[in-house]
Amino acid sequence: MTTTARPTPLRAVLRLGLHRGVLELTAFRRERDAVVFTVAMPAVILILLGALFDGVYPGSDVTSAQYLAPSMIAAGVASTTFINLGTGIAADRDDGTLRRLRGLPMPPAAYVVGKTLMALVVSVGEAVLLIAVGVLAFDLSLPADPARWLTLGWVFLLGGTACALLGIAVSALARSARSAAAVLNLPYLVLAFVSGVFFTPVAALPEPLRTLGALFPLKWMAQGFRSAFLPDTILPQEVVPSWEHGRTALVLVAWCIGGLLLCLTTFRWQGRRNR
Amino acid sequence: MTDTPAVRVRGLRRTYGDRVALAGIDLDVTCGEVLALLGPNGAGKTTTVEILAGLRARDDGEVRVLGEDPARAGLTWRSRVGVVTQGAADLAELTVGEAVRHFAHYHPDPRDPGEVLDLVGLADRARARIRTLSGGQRRRLDVALGVLGRPRLLFLDEPTTGFDPQARRQFWALIRALAAERHTTILLTTHYLDEVEALADRVVVVAAGRVVAEGDPATLGGRATARSTVRWTGGQRDTDNPAALVADLTRRYGGTVPGLSVTRPSLEDAYLELIGAPS
Ligand SMILES: Nc1ncnc2c1ncn2[C@@H]1O[C@H](COP(=O)(O)OP(=O)(O)OP(=O)(O)O)[C@@H](O)[C@H]1O
Ligand SMILES: [Mg+2]
Repeated sequence: MTTTARPTPLRAVLRLGLHRGVLELTAFRRERDAVVFTVAMPAVILILLGALFDGVYPGSDVTSAQYLAPSMIAAGVASTTFINLGTGIAADRDDGTLRRLRGLPMPPAAYVVGKTLMALVVSVGEAVLLIAVGVLAFDLSLPADPARWLTLGWVFLLGGTACALLGIAVSALARSARSAAAVLNLPYLVLAFVSGVFFTPVAALPEPLRTLGALFPLKWMAQGFRSAFLPDTILPQEVVPSWEHGRTALVLVAWCIGGLLLCLTTFRWQGRRNR
Repeated sequence: MTDTPAVRVRGLRRTYGDRVALAGIDLDVTCGEVLALLGPNGAGKTTTVEILAGLRARDDGEVRVLGEDPARAGLTWRSRVGVVTQGAADLAELTVGEAVRHFAHYHPDPRDPGEVLDLVGLADRARARIRTLSGGQRRRLDVALGVLGRPRLLFLDEPTTGFDPQARRQFWALIRALAAERHTTILLTTHYLDEVEALADRVVVVAAGRVVAEGDPATLGGRATARSTVRWTGGQRDTDNPAALVADLTRRYGGTVPGLSVTRPSLEDAYLELIGAPS
């Protein structure tokens, strides 16, 4: 209750960011139709594509559906971060959420922290659902040892954060909440395609598309998840016959930093109609 | 401290595309004053208030709010300024209580959330989803969130739109208490002239992005000194000295004058005259 000792900015960012994350989750959870469809979409795609693809990759006992599953987890995380936040922020801009926050003594970064926390929690749910579908429907085995679980963890955190920040950054492209879903779905679908999610195995993609995909985080998140779930006998199907963990970490960290910078430079409190 | 004005605006301009919303506004609000900004739809009230609250950019002009430029002010400044904007539709899925408790976290010295809900008469709706509130209840919540941080300067953009008469009286009492006990400076916009008479120390009338008049609500547009109209069943006359005319009439009718009324121009008459509307 003292007014004299002002908390340091970083502490204020984290404290308010946490409060905002809880609030965002509460509001998200209560929009039941949004929850169901946001979370179910990647699971439905996994089931459909998994049932369509068949065959076993030569030199291993990995089926096409099992190869698809970890990549779909990455696409699912990208959807519950990138699309969820991109459309959510466009909605916040339209309904007055951002204008209200602008008028409050809140460091803007607290908003970003809250959104990212919310997206990561929803993404954990998404990942658990997709893993369950993979295990139950396609005999996907869980990561075989603690090292692979650890890989799953850091790829999730870095990849999810990078995609969340990118979603916040590109939300500025949408003119209104109504157009946001359309605006965000185009880059999402293109990325999912050139990252070898919908088109497996990734090495079968034409070279220019592969190069394009390698510029963005989704490709590396998918590759990281495959390294956690699939045996090394599948490596010949990758672009280079190695999981490239070092490079994956590097690209994802770079996107986290770049995404944060993009957020800070492109973020707009007001919609184009109301500046 | 007290002689620096709470708000000082000179030559404020703002255009949207090629539409001029503010064509050079000058405005002063002294500390502790309740100022009403009056004007027809599209006059530029919201634009002015949101620029002063740091929510919109301006094209030109000099603006000082609590000694700082709102376009550049930091978080300490924001903690001293409260704002209730027009047309917020956020927070729909949360409950009233959740929202007030949540926003209390942002302020260095917030009011008690329960007390604020009592102040605006929403205590019995604390568990209701904000989506389910009526228009007036939703507006009361906005007011509650605006006063939560004990601001020194409060901007209210049409705060009582949709209030029922009782809620409006309750709101007036709240504003008077803020002004009297906490010396809160208040700038409010409204279309209700009774609200201006009830609350404002001073009124500024804007039309088409310019200030067209300002003054005490009681004397606006010279209405305190304007001619009165005396009406009675036999006729009507405008006069500077209604008392003499009434005395004269009383004598003429030998007692009661049938259908007698004496009227001064109301604030509404003065206002309509000022903005050039046919009354
Ligand atoms: N975001 C915007 N884009 C374009 N024009 C705008 C925008 N906001 C306001 N205007 C225009 O600027 C003028 C002033 O608008 P403003 O909202 O400030 O009026 P107001 O006095 O608050 O009106 P009201 O009493 O209806 O609330 C109007 O002509 C309006 O059409
Ligand atoms: Mg307005």
